[in-house]
Amino acid sequence: MISIKDLTKVFKTKDQDVLAVDKLNLSIDKGEIYGVIGYSGAGKSTFIRLLNRLEEPTSGEIELNDQNLTGLSKSKLRVARQEIGMIFQHFNLLWSRTVFDNIAFPLEIAGVPKQKRESRVNELIDLVGLSGRGKSYPSQLSGGQKQRVGIARALANNPKVLLCDEATSALDPETTDSILDLLVDINEKLGLTIVLITHEMHVIRKICHRVAVMESGKVVESGDVLDVFLHPKEKVTKRFVDQVMGDPDRENSLDVINENYRAGEVIQLHFVGENTNQALISDVSRRFAVNVNILHGKITQTQKGAYGTMLVQIDGEETEVKQAIAYMKTTSVEVEVSPDV
Amino acid sequence: MFEQLFPNVEMEDMVEATNETLYMTSVSVAGTFILGLVLGLLLYLSGPGGIWQNKPLNWVTAAFVNVFRAIPFIILILLLFPFTDFLMGTIRGPGAALPALIIGGAPFYARLVEIALKEVDKGVIEAAKSMGARNRTIIFKVLLPESMPALISGITVTAIALISYTAVAGVIGAGGLGDFAYFYGFQRRAFDVVAFCTILIIIIVFVFQFIGDFLSRKLDKR
Ligand SMILES: Nc1ncnc2c1ncn2[C@@H]1O[C@H](COP(=O)(O)OP(=O)(O)OP(=O)(O)O)[C@@H](O)[C@H]1O
Ligand SMILES: [Mg+2]
Repeated sequence: MISIKDLTKVFKTKDQDVLAVDKLNLSIDKGEIYGVIGYSGAGKSTFIRLLNRLEEPTSGEIELNDQNLTGLSKSKLRVARQEIGMIFQHFNLLWSRTVFDNIAFPLEIAGVPKQKRESRVNELIDLVGLSGRGKSYPSQLSGGQKQRVGIARALANNPKVLLCDEATSALDPETTDSILDLLVDINEKLGLTIVLITHEMHVIRKICHRVAVMESGKVVESGDVLDVFLHPKEKVTKRFVDQVMGDPDRENSLDVINENYRAGEVIQLHFVGENTNQALISDVSRRFAVNVNILHGKITQTQKGAYGTMLVQIDGEETEVKQAIAYMKTTSVEVEVSPDV
Repeated sequence: MFEQLFPNVEMEDMVEATNETLYMTSVSVAGTFILGLVLGLLLYLSGPGGIWQNKPLNWVTAAFVNVFRAIPFIILILLLFPFTDFLMGTIRGPGAALPALIIGGAPFYARLVEIALKEVDKGVIEAAKSMGARNRTIIFKVLLPESMPALISGITVTAIALISYTAVAGVIGAGGLGDFAYFYGFQRRAFDVVAFCTILIIIIVFVFQFIGDFLSRKLDKR
């Protein structure tokens, strides 16, 4: 769908050359939600702006839908851009136009006749959940509603790809979630490929299928979101994973647990992304004559299932406890006996 | 009452002078609006980071604007005598004042236009580009509508400057209230005529200001 080869961008400024994107290679499949995460200055915005040539690449190639974007002339690029929607951190709506007219703008650009424009805009207003707000001006909307207009506008010409540059970074957590839900909804309903830039692992966790971690203009790690969560290799990645999984209370808990729960066994369970094993605890207590005490834990849902760790105490006859643990080890949940931080 | 306060004021003359002032002002405001808009757009679009970024064009436009803005209006009228004669076929009357008024007003307005355009959110222009907009679309559907309140308040300020220029244009016998106040008021020591002309000019200025403020506020949906 999108294949990026040796993409490089150098900004020439008065005092120095800034290498913002450095020989970046990436391939993004049709219909997936691909997240790119990185800290400020990693080159994320530059990267996504290269994808529709808002920024001209210094070198390298971008192929989108079997079309070589980097080789297109200015006028062909304009047409190609109609197939690439983009939404922005600060929404970038025209304040002088109503919601309706904002969404109609890309259709005007594409030369869609008035009649068709009207029905298409109304369809989009419904799709993003803004029915009845067509005549409002952007200044009369909340941030979340503005981003919905941005999304409707980006979808107007039925693009194949949607580029999102920090689309939720200006929104509060609840609104962020509702916008992310809308993106997933659109991805599923329309089969749209989404490329999403963020510095929040939460966003990646919640909606992305695959992720690339960027640092100093390079992709340092990439893969299925769950794999990256489970086996982060690079330091940056580990820091990002900690953002959502990090659990500062765990060490304190362990101290208390080691003192107070001396009976039976304290074990740590790693849930690694399979929905089938979420009922493990009730399963174990049903099969064996043991009590399972939940002591501490954090489980997060990703697009590919649950992920997280949990500390439990298993108490009962020694043989029963042993059998229970042995049973748990046969499942896909990873079991760690007497964990110490 | 009126007779006592303004013994020398002839209503008929006043109406004629007011009409001349209004004529000169409205035509020159229209001309200044168009020429100033073109010059301001050129300044902005050819400037650094603009969609027609072009150093020589930017330099020439800026030079033109700066030179004509630097010339005092009274001297500009005299300098433009040959040009006015060629263009209007006369160097007297309200029509003869128009070239000087427009050429004096447009550079001033052009700078205000440039400032107004610079205030347009870069992100919105970028969004339009990302949708595949042509430059023409960006100018007419993004830049101008998004800066309209500032363009309107700019032309209001310019219009008020032009009203006082029309009074100065009296020196070439352009007519209008300023001319009338000087020749029929001041020179005949009929100071009531001067005062009455002043009142009329102030009223005209207030009306322009009111209309400008109203439109600008009405268009501003921010
Ligand atoms: N127009 C420009 N001119 C010069 N340097 C630039 C320009 N745009 C970006 N850069 C530089 O390129 C690097 C990457 O910037 P970029 O905006 O892509 O980072 P980012 O990952 O999006 O950061 P953030 O999370 O803060 O948005 C930075 O060092 C920045 O200073
Ligand atoms: Mg950025």
